[in-house]
Amino acid sequence: MKFSHAIFEKNSIVLLVGILVVVAIGGLVEIAPLFWLKSTIEKVEGMRPYSPLELAGREIYLREGCYTCHSQMIRALRDEVERYGHYSLAAESMYDHPFQWGSKRTGPDLARVGGKYSDEWHVAHMNDPRSVVPESVMPAYSFMGRRTLDASDIAETLKAHKAVGVPYTDEMIQNAKADLEAQANPDAPGAKDVALRYPKAQIRAFDGDASRVTEMDAMIAYLQMLGTLVDFTKFDAAGPNLR
Amino acid sequence: MTDARPVREETVALSDLLAVVGTLGGLVLGLVLALQSSDSVMAFHGAVFAAASLAALFVVISKLFKDGSLAGKNYKPDVSRYNDGVVKAATIATVFWGVVGFLVGVVIAWQLAFPALNLDLPWTSFGRLRPVHTSAVIFAFGGNALLATSFYVVQRTSHARLAGRWAPWFVFWGYQLFLVIAASGYVLGVSQSKEYAEPEWYADLWLTVVWVVYLLVFVGTLARRKEPHIYVANWFYLAFIVTVAMLHVVNNLALPVSFTGTRSVIVYSGVQDAMTQWWYAHNAVGFFLTAGFLGMMYYFIPKRAERPVYSYKLSIVHFWSLIFLYIWAGPHHLHYTALPDWAQTLGMTFSVMLWMPSWGGMINGLMTLSGAWDKLRTDPVIRFLVVSVAFYGMSTFEGPLMSVKAVNSLSHYTDWTIGHVHSGALGWVAMISFGAVYCLVPWLWKRQNLYSLRLVEWHFWVSTIGILLYITAMWVSGITQGLMWRAYDALGFLQYSFVETVEAMHPYYVIRATGGTLFFLGSLIMVYNLWRTIRGDLAAELRPELQEPAEAMRPVAAE
Repeated sequence: MKFSHAIFEKNSIVLLVGILVVVAIGGLVEIAPLFWLKSTIEKVEGMRPYSPLELAGREIYLREGCYTCHSQMIRALRDEVERYGHYSLAAESMYDHPFQWGSKRTGPDLARVGGKYSDEWHVAHMNDPRSVVPESVMPAYSFMGRRTLDASDIAETLKAHKAVGVPYTDEMIQNAKADLEAQANPDAPGAKDVALRYPKAQIRAFDGDASRVTEMDAMIAYLQMLGTLVDFTKFDAAGPNLR
Repeated sequence: MTDARPVREETVALSDLLAVVGTLGGLVLGLVLALQSSDSVMAFHGAVFAAASLAALFVVISKLFKDGSLAGKNYKPDVSRYNDGVVKAATIATVFWGVVGFLVGVVIAWQLAFPALNLDLPWTSFGRLRPVHTSAVIFAFGGNALLATSFYVVQRTSHARLAGRWAPWFVFWGYQLFLVIAASGYVLGVSQSKEYAEPEWYADLWLTVVWVVYLLVFVGTLARRKEPHIYVANWFYLAFIVTVAMLHVVNNLALPVSFTGTRSVIVYSGVQDAMTQWWYAHNAVGFFLTAGFLGMMYYFIPKRAERPVYSYKLSIVHFWSLIFLYIWAGPHHLHYTALPDWAQTLGMTFSVMLWMPSWGGMINGLMTLSGAWDKLRTDPVIRFLVVSVAFYGMSTFEGPLMSVKAVNSLSHYTDWTIGHVHSGALGWVAMISFGAVYCLVPWLWKRQNLYSLRLVEWHFWVSTIGILLYITAMWVSGITQGLMWRAYDALGFLQYSFVETVEAMHPYYVIRATGGTLFFLGSLIMVYNLWRTIRGDLAAELRPELQEPAEAMRPVAAE
């Protein structure tokens, strides 16, 4: 019997099922393997979950839609590597729920912005971008310095991340609130524990005022750690970098 | 038109019961969130939800009271007539959200040229307004245009009234509620920061409910059809509805941090999230902005031109190949990233292949004018429809070009992408929607013609000039910036600092914002014209008694 397209045209359910089958294939082939392939799930030494303060800063980054103008993905192209640093590894965003690779660079890439500028520069830049970069078109975010960080649900936020696969320990979740406050105050009793729980965590009053934790503290703590976890003097693209 | 199948008494009673229980449930849920949540935005959204449910409950009860259902009388829908009320509402919503979306776009375009316009306030910064713009034009303007036309077309081509008494209205108002919650959320700082999928988990869940009912109404209407064959426009509408459901659910899988809070955590991370996101986002283009609008093309162009669709075979071939190939194209947004190379190459290859079915659709749309090309000159509404298809052809050539890795290494992260999107969104999506709305309003409100065809001409030219300014500015700025980023000086150092490339963009940002402003002004001309049309006015140019006989225009046949 000759195949006829009429079967699709005369039966809405057959048409619906046909469409579903046809549109399911591409996604299955392209997405599913990424959960098993070594190159996309390999772990690299140095990667750890965000500290509570960094994660709170990341939440502000998401809230303000920074991804609309900033990427966090250095492509494997000569000029990008020279401008921004080592190309981004898959492992470097393994704890990013959601990923923030971005799609537009109205401003520069931020994948390795950590440590490039001083805290003071960041504070001035957030308060009034054109005071330090006259040609900048970035909005000012001076309200961040005035707002006390609302971290009432930070433990729940860590817990939710744990549930989707980020290896936060129970200890980290229990101490989330304390760790968050201690990271912005080097004199706090828990500051040493933050460094133990989150290696390479930078502990200081990011906005220059240790008396309270502001949104500015969290934002700068996040920006200052971006791209700093993997030590590229020891990284070998071909070799074993597994921890 | 008569419906052979009578609506059963039990079905009617069940649907009435569902409507009452559903709105009551919404009211309770909204009140609980409004009163219990410590998250102020969630409390606000709970209150909005409760208010909407209360209004719906009031309408349902009063309708039931009026038609005597509460007194035990059986409601009999007038199946001899089409349900055009919901189409009218969605048409008005299309125009309303269009104006809102274009206006926000104009604001953020000027912000990029003059950053002081961000006002140094959280609610008015570019980062929060940009999702308002994209959601308002894609999901609010485009979505309502698709709702209006799909409900109109499926009834006409099936010779059947829309399925459901409450369901079509639930889809319409439920969708508006989703839009209000999403957009107000962005402004108040609620976003999951996935491009074109910014609404948080509770808005996503609500949209899923609305969308499933939309699918049921659409398929239910097809099931009632008196035509043996399902018309080609409906294939495209169905593919759009089904695939968007799949994309939306998979891409937005998230775990709420708290069930009374706005924040959630996406289940995917890093590479997997990137691939899922661009699988979603590229097919938001492919199925929301393409397949759905091709459905529009397949009804409104033949109808307005009074010519049959050019090729039946071509429509079959390009339908199946388009929906099959589109799904693969996502990885071209991730060239040279940490996504594995094979996936990038697959994305590029399928994107290039996609050129063919895309142009299949364009050819089928344009060639439908065979024998009626003169109408391009005499009917500005046809011109909107046809020029939109020409823009569709242009963007679907540019897209495959930009998906080629070598080209993409230059174009990615630059304004070229923004220009490409707008040649598709303004040129194709908006223009075909304007054409469809200009057709629909006189048909729905039973007017002899639009108020003024001369104003349609003005709208056409003002918006066309706006689009051209927009996309040419973005081509130049995108290619300039891409070249500046990779320029080396004689000593082998990078020639430009990043901020020098930002400075170079300024004149193009001014031109782009000017183009966008023109496009926005064009939409205001449309609002005025449609307002006068609905009022029943007819401009002097269209009133034969005021014209020289030779100059009188042939009135366009009303549906």
